[in-house]
Amino acid sequence: MAFRTLVTKKSVRSSFEQIRGLQTTAFALPDLDYDYGALEPAISGEIMKLHHQKHHQAYVTNYNKALEQLDAAVSKSDSTSIAKLHTALKFNGGGHINHSIFWKNLAPVTEGGGEPPKGSFGGAIDSQFGTLEALVQKMNAEGAALQGSGWVWLGLDKELKRLVVETTANQDPLVSSGANLVPLLGIDVWEHAYYLQYKNVRPDYLKNIWKVINWKFAGEVYEKECPSTG
Amino acid sequence: MAATSTASLLTCAFLPRQGFSESTRSPVWKNKQKQCKRRYGPQVVTAKIELKPPPYMLNALEPHMSKETLEYHWGKHHRGYVDNLNKQIVGTELDGLTLEGVVLVSYNKGDILPAFNNAAQTWNHEFFWESMAPGGGGKPSGDLLKLINRDFGSFEAFVEEFKLAATSQFGSGWAWLAYKANRLDVGNAVNPLPTEEDKKLVVVKSPNAVNPLVWDYFPLLTIDVWEHSYYIDFENRRAEYISTFLEKLVSWETVSMRLEIAKSRSTERDKEAERKRREEEEANLPGGEATEMYLESEGEESEAET
Repeated sequence: MAFRTLVTKKSVRSSFEQIRGLQTTAFALPDLDYDYGALEPAISGEIMKLHHQKHHQAYVTNYNKALEQLDAAVSKSDSTSIAKLHTALKFNGGGHINHSIFWKNLAPVTEGGGEPPKGSFGGAIDSQFGTLEALVQKMNAEGAALQGSGWVWLGLDKELKRLVVETTANQDPLVSSGANLVPLLGIDVWEHAYYLQYKNVRPDYLKNIWKVINWKFAGEVYEKECPSTG
Repeated sequence: MAATSTASLLTCAFLPRQGFSESTRSPVWKNKQKQCKRRYGPQVVTAKIELKPPPYMLNALEPHMSKETLEYHWGKHHRGYVDNLNKQIVGTELDGLTLEGVVLVSYNKGDILPAFNNAAQTWNHEFFWESMAPGGGGKPSGDLLKLINRDFGSFEAFVEEFKLAATSQFGSGWAWLAYKANRLDVGNAVNPLPTEEDKKLVVVKSPNAVNPLVWDYFPLLTIDVWEHSYYIDFENRRAEYISTFLEKLVSWETVSMRLEIAKSRSTERDKEAERKRREEEEANLPGGEATEMYLESEGEESEAET
């Protein structure tokens, strides 16, 4: 714990790492910008607490563990062990990346949750999908149809400057579907994201989550990649 | 609702267990389901895969698996797969097959057809309910234990391997104990030296709806590790759910029975293959050379023509 604090505060790396010449990056569970209960009634406080403190924490813990094992394997030039770590790195690393974005994609209604996107981002949605409602319907349909666990994304292809709707399986991050894809908005459709409240009815969860979507954050990421001229 | 479907299913209980029917290996176009329920009429037979209930009351696994979990898991999830499957296959070429037939045909050698997920999930859930029993858990015995000891080293080693498979199935899916009796048999490449060693118990895991039938294994035991199977009772604690399943819920009696059926099916398959091989040999024996000559010359002729 002390070690993680040191690293996240970006202080001097431990002498242990310097000797090996390897950079160990320990990842930490990010704080939420709102209380666990602040998204109710769309998402219950109980779900938010478990989702953040247990699920996301487990991805962080296991990601750091896998990275430590990777360091050890690299320092021993143990290519078999390195190859074996691939799935744990992708799953736990992806879990950490995806959830970190997801928390930013949500906001209490009192802090702008559910407020429709504005500016060039809002314009891009309208010109590509017709209306915001059409985009929402498309993401709901793809999210509901996804088999098993995964995510439905609104992404930006930063080369083509086009918005895309994609799904990824399990904890695959959006970038695994294309190197140019930047995630703007990700919706977790793992059962742990909704089961305590919505049980088997995933479409109801998808219908309600839009009431707490933080479009402002997605718009900021979009603006950074596609600065408006004028 | 539950009561009426249970009553109409009673006759099905006496039919051969799905999973070991001959339809796994041989043409799947036989229809066993029709013995349960089939509407005869002037038109096409309508798809009717049944929602099979667990062989115990929904509160019978408490406190290890709650009634609420089973009400959702069987009453909503399993039912959803069955309802959607029937909608998907009605009037298609899959209509009228056994459930297992639909699973195998729609798997389509890995290039899955739309019905696969619902069909396989229907099959998996039936198999899962029957893998458990009130007062289950403990240790297996008899032949099953002998094979576990032979193939895993000990029962404890098996438990560790099964737990690892179930916890490390990243995302939704299943973990299985299966009897692997298939031989190398890919087109005309047949295992030249089949031995008893080909037949052993294995622990495997599978993503989402996939099950070992599609690899031509005989499933013996399964645990569902989709989050919906444990979230109400255990929240995120999948490992605790898996331990509870092994310690308190597994019906080793059912697993033993499935093993016996798997072994006899496997032996039947071997005999059948041996019989075919002999038949072919015998057919080739008298005047075999002449036949060969004839085939060869035919080949040459057609080559010459082109």
